[in-house]
Amino acid sequence: MNTLILAEHEDGELRAATLSVVACARQLAEHSAGEVHLLVAASDAEGLAAKAAALPGVDKVLVATDAAYEHELAENLAALVVKHADDYEHILFAETASGKNVMPRVAALLDVSGVSGIIEVKSADTYVRPIYAGNALATVRSEDAVKVITVRPTAFDAVASAGGSAAVDSVDAADIDAGVSFVGQELSDSDRPELTSADIVVSGGRGMQNGDNFSMLDEIAGKLGAAVGASRAAVDAGFVPNEYQVGQTGKVVAPNLYLAVGISGAIQHLAGMKDSKVIVAINKDEEAPIFQVADYGLVADLFDALPELSTALEAG
Amino acid sequence: MKIIVGVKRVLDYNVKARVKADKSGIELQNVKMSMNPFDEIAVEEALRIKEAGHAEEVVVVSIGPTASQETIRTGLAMGADRGILIETEELLQPLAIAKLFKHVIDKESPGLVILGKQAIDGDNNQTGQMLSALTGMRQATFASKMEFEGSDVLKVTREVDAGLESIRVSLPAVVTTDLRLNEPRYAKLPNIMKAKKKPLEIIPVADTGVDVTSKLSVVEVNEPPTREAGVIVSSVTELVDKLRNEAKVI
Ligand SMILES: Cc1cc2nc3c(=O)[nH]c(=O)nc-3n(C[C@H](O)[C@H](O)[C@H](O)COP(=O)(O)OP(=O)(O)OC[C@H]3O[C@@H](n4cnc5c(N)ncnc54)[C@H](O)[C@@H]3O)c2cc1C
Ligand SMILES: Nc1ncnc2c1ncn2[C@@H]1O[C@H](COP(=O)(O)O)[C@@H](O)[C@H]1O
Repeated sequence: MNTLILAEHEDGELRAATLSVVACARQLAEHSAGEVHLLVAASDAEGLAAKAAALPGVDKVLVATDAAYEHELAENLAALVVKHADDYEHILFAETASGKNVMPRVAALLDVSGVSGIIEVKSADTYVRPIYAGNALATVRSEDAVKVITVRPTAFDAVASAGGSAAVDSVDAADIDAGVSFVGQELSDSDRPELTSADIVVSGGRGMQNGDNFSMLDEIAGKLGAAVGASRAAVDAGFVPNEYQVGQTGKVVAPNLYLAVGISGAIQHLAGMKDSKVIVAINKDEEAPIFQVADYGLVADLFDALPELSTALEAG
Repeated sequence: MKIIVGVKRVLDYNVKARVKADKSGIELQNVKMSMNPFDEIAVEEALRIKEAGHAEEVVVVSIGPTASQETIRTGLAMGADRGILIETEELLQPLAIAKLFKHVIDKESPGLVILGKQAIDGDNNQTGQMLSALTGMRQATFASKMEFEGSDVLKVTREVDAGLESIRVSLPAVVTTDLRLNEPRYAKLPNIMKAKKKPLEIIPVADTGVDVTSKLSVVEVNEPPTREAGVIVSSVTELVDKLRNEAKVI
Protein backbone atom coordinates (compact mmCIF):
# COMPACT_ATOMS: atom_id res chain seq x y z
CA MET A 1 0.00 0.00 0.00
CA ASN A 2 0.95 3.62 -0.47
CA THR A 3 2.91 6.09 1.59
CA LEU A 4 1.92 9.74 2.06
CA ILE A 5 4.46 12.40 3.03
CA LEU A 6 3.59 15.90 4.22
CA ALA A 7 6.11 18.10 2.40
CA GLU A 8 7.79 20.99 4.23
CA HIS A 9 8.79 24.12 2.43
CA GLU A 10 9.83 27.70 2.96
CA ASP A 11 10.41 30.59 0.59
CA GLY A 12 9.19 28.53 -2.34
CA GLU A 13 11.70 25.70 -1.82
CA LEU A 14 11.20 22.24 -0.37
CA ARG A 15 13.10 21.81 2.88
CA ALA A 16 16.07 19.44 2.77
CA ALA A 17 14.43 17.34 5.50
CA THR A 18 11.62 16.39 3.12
CA LEU A 19 14.14 14.94 0.64
CA SER A 20 15.35 12.61 3.40
CA VAL A 21 11.80 11.58 4.23
CA VAL A 22 11.30 10.63 0.57
CA ALA A 23 14.37 8.39 0.85
CA CYS A 24 12.81 6.69 3.89
CA ALA A 25 9.50 6.35 2.05
CA ARG A 26 11.27 4.58 -0.82
CA GLN A 27 12.50 1.97 1.66
CA LEU A 28 8.99 1.48 3.03
CA ALA A 29 7.59 1.28 -0.50
CA GLU A 30 9.98 -1.58 -1.25
CA HIS A 31 8.62 -3.52 1.73
CA SER A 32 4.99 -2.87 0.92
CA ALA A 33 5.10 -2.54 -2.86
CA GLY A 34 3.33 0.79 -2.89
CA GLU A 35 3.63 4.27 -4.30
CA VAL A 36 5.04 7.37 -2.64
CA HIS A 37 2.79 10.43 -2.63
CA LEU A 38 3.85 13.89 -1.51
CA LEU A 39 1.26 16.29 -0.09
CA VAL A 40 2.10 19.96 -0.61
CA ALA A 41 0.03 22.51 1.31
CA ALA A 42 0.77 26.12 0.45
CA SER A 43 -0.81 29.49 -0.16
CA ASP A 44 0.70 29.47 -3.63
CA ALA A 45 1.83 26.01 -4.59
CA GLU A 46 2.47 26.20 -8.30
CA GLY A 47 6.27 26.40 -8.27
CA LEU A 48 6.48 24.03 -5.35
CA ALA A 49 4.38 21.40 -7.06
CA ALA A 50 6.84 21.31 -9.96
CA LYS A 51 9.78 20.95 -7.57
CA ALA A 52 7.98 18.19 -5.69
CA ALA A 53 7.16 16.37 -8.91
CA ALA A 54 10.84 16.40 -9.87
CA LEU A 55 11.95 14.40 -6.83
CA PRO A 56 13.05 10.93 -7.89
CA GLY A 57 10.97 8.27 -6.21
CA VAL A 58 7.83 10.36 -5.84
CA ASP A 59 4.93 8.85 -7.81
CA LYS A 60 2.31 11.51 -7.25
CA VAL A 61 2.09 15.03 -5.84
CA LEU A 62 -1.11 16.19 -4.14
CA VAL A 63 -1.45 19.94 -3.97
CA ALA A 64 -3.77 21.77 -1.58
CA THR A 65 -3.94 25.54 -1.84
CA ASP A 66 -5.31 27.89 0.78
CA ALA A 67 -4.12 31.23 2.12
CA ALA A 68 -4.07 29.66 5.61
CA TYR A 69 -1.29 27.25 4.56
CA GLU A 70 1.17 30.11 4.38
CA HIS A 71 1.86 29.28 8.02
CA GLU A 72 2.38 25.80 9.36
CA LEU A 73 -0.40 25.80 11.96
CA ALA A 74 -0.81 22.29 13.29
CA GLU A 75 -4.61 22.32 13.45
CA ASN A 76 -4.93 23.17 9.77
CA LEU A 77 -2.19 20.88 8.47
CA ALA A 78 -3.37 17.90 10.51
CA ALA A 79 -6.95 18.34 9.30
CA LEU A 80 -5.68 18.37 5.72
CA VAL A 81 -3.61 15.22 6.13
CA VAL A 82 -6.48 13.39 7.83
CA LYS A 83 -8.86 14.44 5.06
CA HIS A 84 -6.63 12.69 2.53
CA ALA A 85 -5.39 9.83 4.72
CA ASP A 86 -7.66 7.11 3.34
CA ASP A 87 -5.90 4.23 1.62
CA TYR A 88 -2.44 5.01 2.96
CA GLU A 89 -0.50 2.49 5.01
CA HIS A 90 2.21 4.95 6.04
CA ILE A 91 1.98 8.68 6.69
CA LEU A 92 5.35 10.32 7.14
CA PHE A 93 6.58 13.64 8.47
CA ALA A 94 10.08 14.97 8.98
CA GLU A 95 11.29 15.06 12.56
CA THR A 96 11.48 18.87 12.53
CA ALA A 97 9.76 21.46 14.71
CA SER A 98 6.95 21.52 12.16
CA GLY A 99 6.67 17.75 11.67
CA LYS A 100 6.73 17.11 15.43
CA ASN A 101 3.96 19.66 15.83
CA VAL A 102 1.63 17.99 13.34
CA MET A 103 2.33 14.24 13.40
CA PRO A 104 0.84 13.42 16.83
CA ARG A 105 -2.39 15.23 15.97
CA VAL A 106 -2.78 13.15 12.84
CA ALA A 107 -2.10 9.96 14.78
CA ALA A 108 -4.61 10.87 17.50
CA LEU A 109 -7.30 11.85 14.99
CA LEU A 110 -6.83 8.47 13.28
CA ASP A 111 -6.76 6.77 16.71
CA VAL A 112 -3.35 5.17 16.14
CA SER A 113 0.00 5.42 17.94
CA GLY A 114 2.56 7.87 16.62
CA VAL A 115 6.11 6.70 16.03
CA SER A 116 8.67 9.45 16.70
CA GLY A 117 12.03 9.94 15.03
CA ILE A 118 12.76 6.65 13.31
CA ILE A 119 16.34 6.09 12.15
CA GLU A 120 15.95 2.72 10.44
CA VAL A 121 13.29 0.75 8.58
CA LYS A 122 13.45 -2.97 9.41
CA SER A 123 10.28 -3.89 7.56
CA ALA A 124 6.96 -2.30 6.64
CA ASP A 125 5.88 -2.31 10.29
CA THR A 126 9.11 -2.44 12.29
CA TYR A 127 11.43 0.50 12.91
CA VAL A 128 14.33 1.58 15.09
CA ARG A 129 14.21 4.79 17.11
CA PRO A 130 16.51 6.29 19.74
CA ILE A 131 15.16 6.72 23.27
CA TYR A 132 16.75 8.15 26.44
CA ALA A 133 18.82 10.75 24.57
CA GLY A 134 20.15 8.07 22.25
CA ASN A 135 21.50 5.96 25.10
CA ALA A 136 19.33 3.14 23.81
CA LEU A 137 17.80 2.13 20.50
CA ALA A 138 14.30 0.70 20.61
CA THR A 139 13.03 -1.58 17.87
CA VAL A 140 9.27 -1.04 17.71
CA ARG A 141 6.52 -2.76 15.76
CA SER A 142 3.25 -1.11 14.82
CA GLU A 143 0.17 -3.20 14.18
CA ASP A 144 -1.96 -0.15 13.51
CA ALA A 145 -3.65 -0.08 10.12
CA VAL A 146 -1.97 3.25 9.37
CA LYS A 147 1.52 3.94 10.61
CA VAL A 148 2.01 7.60 11.44
CA ILE A 149 5.70 8.41 11.74
CA THR A 150 8.29 11.16 12.00
CA VAL A 151 11.55 10.37 10.24
CA ARG A 152 14.90 11.62 11.50
CA PRO A 153 16.34 13.34 8.44
CA THR A 154 20.00 12.74 9.34
CA ALA A 155 19.44 8.97 9.24
CA PHE A 156 18.39 8.81 5.56
CA ASP A 157 20.41 10.15 2.62
CA ALA A 158 18.33 12.77 0.85
CA VAL A 159 17.12 11.95 -2.67
CA ALA A 160 18.26 14.24 -5.48
CA SER A 161 16.17 17.31 -6.18
CA ALA A 162 15.74 16.49 -9.88
CA GLY A 163 15.22 13.51 -12.14
CA GLY A 164 11.67 12.47 -11.29
CA SER A 165 8.46 13.25 -13.11
CA ALA A 166 5.47 12.62 -10.88
CA ALA A 167 1.88 13.41 -11.74
CA VAL A 168 0.41 16.45 -9.96
CA ASP A 169 -3.18 16.42 -8.67
CA SER A 170 -4.95 19.24 -6.89
CA VAL A 171 -6.88 18.22 -3.83
CA ASP A 172 -9.32 20.05 -1.59
CA ALA A 173 -8.13 22.06 1.36
CA ALA A 174 -9.60 21.12 4.73
CA ASP A 175 -11.61 23.34 7.08
CA ILE A 176 -9.51 26.12 8.58
CA ASP A 177 -9.53 26.55 12.37
CA ALA A 178 -10.50 30.09 13.33
CA GLY A 179 -9.35 29.64 16.93
CA VAL A 180 -5.66 29.84 16.12
CA SER A 181 -3.73 32.41 14.13
CA PHE A 182 -0.20 33.26 13.19
CA VAL A 183 1.09 36.49 14.73
CA GLY A 184 4.70 36.86 13.61
CA GLN A 185 8.17 35.42 13.54
CA GLU A 186 11.75 36.31 14.32
CA LEU A 187 13.96 34.29 12.09
CA SER A 188 17.72 34.53 12.02
CA ASP A 189 18.88 35.72 8.64
CA SER A 190 22.20 34.02 8.35
CA ASP A 191 23.96 33.41 5.06
CA ARG A 192 25.47 30.25 6.57
CA PRO A 193 24.23 26.82 5.49
CA GLU A 194 21.30 25.38 7.40
CA LEU A 195 22.44 23.65 10.58
CA THR A 196 20.79 20.26 10.10
CA SER A 197 21.94 19.77 6.52
CA ALA A 198 25.38 21.43 6.63
CA ASP A 199 28.48 19.44 5.71
CA ILE A 200 30.47 20.97 8.53
CA VAL A 201 29.18 22.29 11.86
CA VAL A 202 31.19 24.42 14.28
CA SER A 203 29.58 24.57 17.74
CA GLY A 204 30.36 26.56 20.84
CA GLY A 205 29.44 25.99 24.47
CA ARG A 206 29.57 27.75 27.79
CA GLY A 207 33.35 27.94 27.41
CA MET A 208 32.85 30.66 24.78
CA GLN A 209 31.98 32.98 27.71
CA ASN A 210 29.76 35.39 25.77
CA GLY A 211 27.97 36.04 22.51
CA ASP A 212 30.65 38.33 21.12
CA ASN A 213 33.20 35.55 21.25
CA PHE A 214 31.03 33.52 18.89
CA SER A 215 32.43 35.79 16.15
CA MET A 216 35.58 33.63 16.40
CA LEU A 217 33.45 30.60 15.47
CA ASP A 218 31.69 32.59 12.74
CA GLU A 219 35.05 33.42 11.21
CA ILE A 220 36.08 29.76 11.15
CA ALA A 221 32.68 28.69 9.88
CA GLY A 222 33.00 31.22 7.09
CA LYS A 223 36.32 29.74 6.01
CA LEU A 224 34.96 26.19 6.08
CA GLY A 225 31.52 26.92 4.62
CA ALA A 226 30.12 25.59 7.89
CA ALA A 227 27.02 26.18 9.97
CA VAL A 228 27.31 27.37 13.58
CA GLY A 229 25.67 25.47 16.44
CA ALA A 230 25.72 25.61 20.22
CA SER A 231 25.10 23.72 23.44
CA ARG A 232 22.05 24.38 25.57
CA ALA A 233 24.20 26.22 28.10
CA ALA A 234 25.32 28.70 25.42
CA VAL A 235 21.72 29.27 24.33
CA ASP A 236 20.34 29.58 27.86
CA ALA A 237 23.07 32.12 28.65
CA GLY A 238 21.90 34.16 25.67
CA PHE A 239 25.16 33.87 23.68
CA VAL A 240 23.20 32.72 20.61
CA PRO A 241 19.52 32.20 19.70
CA ASN A 242 17.51 29.03 20.43
CA GLU A 243 17.73 27.67 16.90
CA TYR A 244 21.48 27.05 17.38
CA GLN A 245 20.89 24.37 20.03
CA VAL A 246 22.16 20.92 19.14
CA GLY A 247 21.07 17.96 21.27
CA GLN A 248 18.38 15.69 22.64
CA THR A 249 15.90 18.51 22.84
CA GLY A 250 17.37 20.73 20.13
CA LYS A 251 18.48 19.85 16.64
CA VAL A 252 20.06 16.60 15.55
CA VAL A 253 22.98 16.99 13.16
CA ALA A 254 25.25 14.45 11.46
CA PRO A 255 27.71 16.39 9.33
CA ASN A 256 31.00 15.11 7.91
CA LEU A 257 32.81 17.24 10.46
CA TYR A 258 31.56 18.47 13.84
CA LEU A 259 33.82 20.79 15.79
CA ALA A 260 32.85 21.18 19.46
CA VAL A 261 34.53 24.14 21.17
CA GLY A 262 34.20 24.74 24.91
CA ILE A 263 31.50 22.07 25.17
CA SER A 264 31.80 19.48 27.95
CA GLY A 265 29.88 16.71 26.18
CA ALA A 266 26.79 16.09 28.34
CA ILE A 267 24.68 13.15 27.12
CA GLN A 268 21.96 15.58 26.06
CA HIS A 269 24.43 17.31 23.76
CA LEU A 270 25.94 14.06 22.44
CA ALA A 271 22.43 12.90 21.49
CA GLY A 272 22.38 15.60 18.85
CA MET A 273 25.78 15.12 17.23
CA LYS A 274 27.35 11.74 17.94
CA ASP A 275 26.43 10.37 14.53
CA SER A 276 28.68 12.95 12.87
CA LYS A 277 31.33 11.33 10.68
CA VAL A 278 34.32 13.06 12.24
CA ILE A 279 34.16 14.79 15.62
CA VAL A 280 36.77 17.28 16.82
CA ALA A 281 36.79 18.65 20.36
CA ILE A 282 38.68 21.64 21.67
CA ASN A 283 38.48 21.87 25.45
CA LYS A 284 40.92 22.94 28.14
CA ASP A 285 39.81 20.14 30.47
CA GLU A 286 41.37 16.86 29.36
CA GLU A 287 38.77 14.97 31.43
CA ALA A 288 35.84 16.48 29.52
CA PRO A 289 33.50 13.67 28.34
CA ILE A 290 33.42 15.15 24.83
CA PHE A 291 36.88 13.61 24.30
CA GLN A 292 35.34 10.13 24.62
CA VAL A 293 33.46 10.59 21.37
CA ALA A 294 35.99 12.81 19.57
CA ASP A 295 38.09 11.42 16.72
CA TYR A 296 40.55 14.26 17.26
CA GLY A 297 40.87 16.03 20.57
CA LEU A 298 42.88 19.14 21.32
CA VAL A 299 43.41 19.98 24.98
CA ALA A 300 43.85 23.73 24.82
CA ASP A 301 42.43 27.08 25.79
CA LEU A 302 40.00 27.95 23.05
CA PHE A 303 41.07 31.59 23.15
CA ASP A 304 44.53 30.45 21.96
CA ALA A 305 43.37 27.64 19.68
CA LEU A 306 40.65 29.42 17.69
CA PRO A 307 42.79 32.31 16.35
CA GLU A 308 45.50 29.78 15.47
CA LEU A 309 42.96 27.57 13.73
CA SER A 310 41.62 30.51 11.77
CA THR A 311 45.11 31.38 10.57
CA ALA A 312 45.95 27.76 9.74
CA LEU A 313 42.80 27.46 7.61
CA GLU A 314 43.80 30.57 5.72
CA ALA A 315 47.16 29.04 4.87
CA GLY A 316 45.15 26.61 2.72
CA MET B 1 -9.65 29.42 35.52
CA LYS B 2 -8.12 26.10 36.37
CA ILE B 3 -4.79 24.89 35.00
CA ILE B 4 -3.93 21.21 34.61
CA VAL B 5 -0.23 20.34 34.49
CA GLY B 6 1.24 16.97 33.47
CA VAL B 7 4.11 15.69 35.59
CA LYS B 8 5.85 12.48 34.60
CA ARG B 9 8.25 10.51 36.75
CA VAL B 10 11.34 9.69 34.69
CA LEU B 11 14.93 8.55 35.11
CA ASP B 12 16.83 11.60 36.41
CA TYR B 13 18.51 13.49 33.56
CA ASN B 14 21.90 13.13 35.23
CA VAL B 15 21.75 9.33 35.30
CA LYS B 16 23.02 7.39 32.31
CA ALA B 17 20.36 5.01 31.02
CA ARG B 18 21.44 1.35 30.98
CA VAL B 19 19.82 -1.22 28.75
CA LYS B 20 18.59 -4.33 30.62
CA ALA B 21 20.47 -7.54 29.90
CA ASP B 22 17.33 -9.17 28.48
CA LYS B 23 16.89 -6.20 26.08
CA SER B 24 13.35 -5.59 27.31
CA GLY B 25 13.93 -1.97 28.28
CA ILE B 26 15.93 0.34 30.54
CA GLU B 27 17.03 -0.55 34.06
CA LEU B 28 14.81 1.49 36.40
CA GLN B 29 15.39 -0.41 39.65
CA ASN B 30 17.41 1.42 42.29
CA VAL B 31 18.17 4.45 40.17
CA LYS B 32 17.32 8.08 40.85
CA MET B 33 13.96 9.12 39.40
CA SER B 34 12.78 12.73 39.11
CA MET B 35 10.12 14.91 37.60
CA ASN B 36 10.62 15.27 33.84
CA PRO B 37 12.53 18.58 33.51
CA PHE B 38 10.08 20.03 30.98
CA ASP B 39 7.27 19.33 33.45
CA GLU B 40 9.06 21.33 36.17
CA ILE B 41 8.98 24.20 33.70
CA ALA B 42 5.27 23.53 33.12
CA VAL B 43 4.50 23.62 36.87
CA GLU B 44 6.51 26.83 37.26
CA GLU B 45 4.65 28.52 34.42
CA ALA B 46 1.27 27.49 35.82
CA LEU B 47 2.21 28.91 39.22
CA ARG B 48 3.34 32.18 37.68
CA ILE B 49 0.06 32.45 35.77
CA LYS B 50 -1.84 31.87 39.00
CA GLU B 51 0.34 34.39 40.85
CA ALA B 52 -0.37 36.95 38.12
CA GLY B 53 -4.09 36.52 38.79
CA HIS B 54 -5.04 34.68 35.61
CA ALA B 55 -5.87 31.38 37.31
CA GLU B 56 -7.30 30.21 40.62
CA GLU B 57 -6.14 26.63 40.81
CA VAL B 58 -3.22 24.51 39.61
CA VAL B 59 -3.77 20.75 39.49
CA VAL B 60 -0.82 18.42 38.82
CA VAL B 61 -1.60 15.11 37.14
CA SER B 62 0.64 12.08 36.80
CA ILE B 63 0.01 8.74 35.17
CA GLY B 64 2.19 5.93 36.40
CA PRO B 65 3.07 3.62 39.28
CA THR B 66 2.43 4.35 42.98
CA ALA B 67 5.85 5.98 43.24
CA SER B 68 4.61 8.78 40.96
CA GLN B 69 2.99 10.17 44.12
CA GLU B 70 6.46 11.56 44.91
CA THR B 71 6.46 13.44 41.61
CA ILE B 72 3.04 14.87 42.39
CA ARG B 73 4.22 15.86 45.88
CA THR B 74 7.15 17.69 44.28
CA GLY B 75 4.66 19.68 42.19
CA LEU B 76 2.56 20.37 45.29
CA ALA B 77 5.66 21.50 47.19
CA MET B 78 6.45 23.93 44.37
CA GLY B 79 2.99 25.40 44.97
CA ALA B 80 0.35 23.44 43.05
CA ASP B 81 -2.99 23.10 44.87
CA ARG B 82 -3.85 19.45 44.44
CA GLY B 83 -2.82 16.32 42.62
CA ILE B 84 -4.32 13.45 40.68
CA LEU B 85 -2.57 10.14 40.11
CA ILE B 86 -3.93 7.75 37.54
CA GLU B 87 -2.31 4.62 38.75
CA THR B 88 -0.92 1.97 36.42
CA GLU B 89 2.11 -0.29 36.51
CA GLU B 90 2.15 -0.46 32.73
CA LEU B 91 4.35 1.73 30.54
CA LEU B 92 1.78 3.47 28.37
CA GLN B 93 2.19 5.02 24.93
CA PRO B 94 1.44 8.74 24.38
CA LEU B 95 -1.94 7.94 22.77
CA ALA B 96 -3.14 6.17 25.94
CA ILE B 97 -1.67 8.94 28.11
CA ALA B 98 -3.46 11.57 26.04
CA LYS B 99 -6.75 9.66 26.36
CA LEU B 100 -6.30 9.50 30.14
CA PHE B 101 -5.60 13.23 30.26
CA LYS B 102 -8.77 13.76 28.23
CA HIS B 103 -10.65 11.76 30.85
CA VAL B 104 -9.36 14.14 33.54
CA ILE B 105 -10.12 17.19 31.41
CA ASP B 106 -13.70 16.11 30.75
CA LYS B 107 -14.21 16.07 34.51
CA GLU B 108 -12.18 19.15 35.45
CA SER B 109 -12.84 21.52 32.49
CA PRO B 110 -9.57 23.48 32.77
CA GLY B 111 -9.00 26.64 30.74
CA LEU B 112 -5.39 25.68 30.16
CA VAL B 113 -3.35 22.50 30.12
CA ILE B 114 0.44 22.76 30.29
CA LEU B 115 2.60 19.74 29.48
CA GLY B 116 6.29 19.36 28.75
CA LYS B 117 7.30 19.30 25.12
CA GLN B 118 8.87 15.90 25.61
CA ALA B 119 9.45 13.30 28.27
CA ILE B 120 13.20 12.65 28.33
CA ASP B 121 12.76 8.88 28.67
CA GLY B 122 10.79 7.95 25.54
CA ASP B 123 11.65 11.22 23.76
CA ASN B 124 8.27 11.03 22.04
CA ASN B 125 7.16 14.64 21.95
CA GLN B 126 3.55 13.63 21.24
CA THR B 127 1.23 13.81 24.25
CA GLY B 128 0.31 17.52 24.15
CA GLN B 129 -0.43 17.50 20.43
CA MET B 130 -2.53 14.34 20.79
CA LEU B 131 -4.45 15.76 23.72
CA SER B 132 -5.22 18.90 21.74
CA ALA B 133 -6.48 16.85 18.82
CA LEU B 134 -8.62 14.60 21.04
CA THR B 135 -10.22 17.44 23.01
CA GLY B 136 -10.47 20.11 20.34
CA MET B 137 -8.54 22.49 22.60
CA ARG B 138 -6.09 24.67 20.65
CA GLN B 139 -2.42 23.72 20.50
CA ALA B 140 0.72 25.77 21.19
CA THR B 141 3.85 23.64 21.40
CA PHE B 142 7.49 24.43 22.32
CA ALA B 143 6.55 27.60 24.17
CA SER B 144 9.24 30.04 25.25
CA LYS B 145 6.82 32.81 26.29
CA MET B 146 3.13 32.94 27.23
CA GLU B 147 1.16 36.19 27.40
CA PHE B 148 -2.52 36.61 28.17
CA GLU B 149 -4.48 38.94 25.91
CA GLY B 150 -7.66 39.33 27.90
CA SER B 151 -9.08 36.35 29.72
CA ASP B 152 -9.56 33.90 26.88
CA VAL B 153 -6.79 34.52 24.38
CA LEU B 154 -3.17 33.53 24.77
CA LYS B 155 -0.21 34.70 22.72
CA VAL B 156 2.50 32.07 22.69
CA THR B 157 6.05 32.48 21.41
CA ARG B 158 7.29 29.15 20.09
CA GLU B 159 10.80 27.85 19.46
CA VAL B 160 10.88 26.61 15.86
CA ASP B 161 13.75 25.43 13.65
CA ALA B 162 14.42 28.81 12.08
CA GLY B 163 14.03 30.92 15.22
CA LEU B 164 10.92 32.08 17.04
CA GLU B 165 7.30 32.19 15.95
CA SER B 166 4.32 33.61 17.76
CA ILE B 167 0.74 32.45 17.49
CA ARG B 168 -2.50 33.45 19.11
CA VAL B 169 -4.81 30.74 20.44
CA SER B 170 -8.21 31.00 22.01
CA LEU B 171 -8.71 29.16 25.29
CA PRO B 172 -9.07 26.42 26.29
CA ALA B 173 -5.66 25.41 24.97
CA VAL B 174 -2.86 22.91 25.45
CA VAL B 175 0.61 24.43 25.71
CA THR B 176 3.86 22.45 25.78
CA THR B 177 6.97 23.96 27.34
CA ASP B 178 10.41 24.51 25.90
CA LEU B 179 13.58 25.08 27.91
CA ARG B 180 13.61 28.86 27.78
CA LEU B 181 10.08 29.41 29.12
CA ASN B 182 11.25 29.97 32.69
CA GLU B 183 13.58 28.73 35.40
CA PRO B 184 11.67 26.51 37.82
CA ARG B 185 11.76 27.34 41.53
CA TYR B 186 13.02 24.96 44.18
CA ALA B 187 10.54 23.77 46.75
CA LYS B 188 11.34 25.23 50.18
CA LEU B 189 11.29 22.98 53.24
CA PRO B 190 8.13 24.44 54.84
CA ASN B 191 6.35 24.00 51.52
CA ILE B 192 7.50 20.40 51.29
CA MET B 193 5.90 19.83 54.70
CA LYS B 194 2.71 21.63 53.65
CA ALA B 195 2.53 19.63 50.43
CA LYS B 196 2.06 16.44 52.43
CA LYS B 197 -1.36 17.69 53.50
CA LYS B 198 -2.57 18.81 50.10
CA PRO B 199 -5.22 16.62 48.44
CA LEU B 200 -3.99 13.81 46.17
CA GLU B 201 -6.65 11.74 44.46
CA ILE B 202 -5.67 8.28 43.26
CA ILE B 203 -7.63 6.73 40.42
CA PRO B 204 -6.84 3.18 39.28
CA VAL B 205 -6.50 3.18 35.50
CA ALA B 206 -9.26 0.56 35.24
CA ASP B 207 -11.75 2.95 36.86
CA THR B 208 -11.34 5.48 34.06
CA GLY B 209 -12.90 3.18 31.48
CA VAL B 210 -10.26 4.36 28.99
CA ASP B 211 -8.93 1.77 26.56
CA VAL B 212 -5.16 1.93 27.05
CA THR B 213 -4.17 -0.99 24.86
CA SER B 214 -1.64 -0.18 22.17
CA LYS B 215 -0.84 -1.65 18.80
CA LEU B 216 2.68 -0.28 19.06
CA SER B 217 5.01 -2.66 20.86
CA VAL B 218 8.67 -2.70 21.75
CA VAL B 219 10.38 -5.69 20.16
CA GLU B 220 13.71 -5.10 21.84
CA VAL B 221 15.96 -2.40 23.20
CA ASN B 222 19.65 -2.34 22.35
CA GLU B 223 22.75 -0.37 23.26
CA PRO B 224 23.71 2.10 20.54
CA PRO B 225 26.97 1.40 18.69
CA THR B 226 29.92 2.99 20.46
CA ARG B 227 32.40 5.22 18.68
CA GLU B 228 35.98 4.06 18.47
CA ALA B 229 38.40 5.98 20.63
CA GLY B 230 40.12 8.84 18.83
CA VAL B 231 43.48 10.51 19.29
CA ILE B 232 44.64 13.57 21.17
CA VAL B 233 46.57 15.91 18.93
CA SER B 234 49.27 18.16 20.31
CA SER B 235 48.73 21.31 18.29
CA VAL B 236 46.40 23.18 15.98
CA THR B 237 48.85 22.52 13.14
CA GLU B 238 48.62 18.77 13.71
CA LEU B 239 44.84 18.99 13.93
CA VAL B 240 44.52 20.82 10.62
CA ASP B 241 46.94 18.38 8.99
CA LYS B 242 44.91 15.38 10.20
CA LEU B 243 41.63 16.91 9.05
CA ARG B 244 43.07 17.65 5.62
CA ASN B 245 45.17 14.57 4.95
CA GLU B 246 43.87 11.77 7.17
CA ALA B 247 40.14 12.39 7.63
CA LYS B 248 39.93 14.45 4.41
CA VAL B 249 36.98 16.45 5.68
CA ILE B 250 38.27 19.96 4.98
C1 LIG C 1 15.79 18.47 29.85
C2 LIG C 1 17.17 18.81 29.40
C3 LIG C 1 17.40 18.94 28.05
C4 LIG C 1 18.65 19.29 27.59
N1 LIG C 1 18.86 19.40 26.25
C5 LIG C 1 20.08 19.75 25.79
C6 LIG C 1 20.34 19.86 24.39
O1 LIG C 1 19.47 19.63 23.54
N2 LIG C 1 21.59 20.25 24.00
C7 LIG C 1 22.59 20.51 24.90
O2 LIG C 1 23.70 20.88 24.47
N3 LIG C 1 22.38 20.38 26.20
C8 LIG C 1 21.14 20.03 26.67
N4 LIG C 1 20.95 19.95 28.03
C9 LIG C 1 21.99 20.48 28.93
C10 LIG C 1 23.14 19.52 29.20
O3 LIG C 1 22.79 18.67 30.28
C11 LIG C 1 24.39 20.35 29.61
O4 LIG C 1 24.07 21.14 30.72
C12 LIG C 1 24.90 21.27 28.50
O5 LIG C 1 25.05 20.52 27.29
C13 LIG C 1 26.24 21.86 28.90
O6 LIG C 1 26.67 22.79 27.95
P1 LIG C 1 28.24 23.12 27.82
O7 LIG C 1 28.96 21.87 27.48
O8 LIG C 1 28.35 24.26 26.87
O9 LIG C 1 28.59 23.69 29.25
P2 LIG C 1 29.51 23.06 30.39
O10 LIG C 1 29.08 21.71 30.74
O11 LIG C 1 29.59 24.09 31.45
O12 LIG C 1 30.91 22.92 29.68
C14 LIG C 1 31.72 23.99 29.30
C15 LIG C 1 33.03 23.39 28.83
O13 LIG C 1 33.86 24.41 28.33
C16 LIG C 1 35.19 24.14 28.71
N5 LIG C 1 35.90 25.42 28.71
C17 LIG C 1 35.67 26.49 29.53
N6 LIG C 1 36.52 27.49 29.23
C18 LIG C 1 37.30 27.05 28.21
C19 LIG C 1 38.37 27.63 27.48
N7 LIG C 1 38.80 28.88 27.72
N8 LIG C 1 38.97 26.88 26.53
C20 LIG C 1 38.55 25.61 26.27
N9 LIG C 1 37.54 25.02 26.93
C21 LIG C 1 36.93 25.74 27.89
C22 LIG C 1 35.08 23.51 30.07
O14 LIG C 1 36.24 22.71 30.34
C23 LIG C 1 33.83 22.67 29.93
O15 LIG C 1 34.11 21.34 29.52
C24 LIG C 1 19.70 19.54 28.50
C25 LIG C 1 19.47 19.37 29.86
C26 LIG C 1 18.22 19.01 30.31
C27 LIG C 1 18.00 18.84 31.78
N1 LIG D 1 2.79 9.33 32.37
C1 LIG D 1 2.65 10.65 32.33
N2 LIG D 1 2.19 11.32 33.41
C2 LIG D 1 2.05 12.66 33.39
N3 LIG D 1 2.35 13.42 32.33
C3 LIG D 1 2.81 12.81 31.24
C4 LIG D 1 2.99 11.41 31.17
N4 LIG D 1 3.49 11.10 29.95
C5 LIG D 1 3.61 12.26 29.28
N5 LIG D 1 3.20 13.29 30.05
C6 LIG D 1 3.19 14.73 29.69
O1 LIG D 1 3.38 14.86 28.29
C7 LIG D 1 4.62 15.51 28.01
C8 LIG D 1 5.21 14.97 26.74
O2 LIG D 1 5.50 13.60 26.85
P1 LIG D 1 5.88 12.67 25.60
O3 LIG D 1 4.84 12.89 24.58
O4 LIG D 1 5.87 11.28 26.16
O5 LIG D 1 7.25 13.09 25.15
C9 LIG D 1 5.45 15.33 29.27
O6 LIG D 1 6.42 16.36 29.40
C10 LIG D 1 4.38 15.41 30.35
O7 LIG D 1 4.03 16.75 30.63
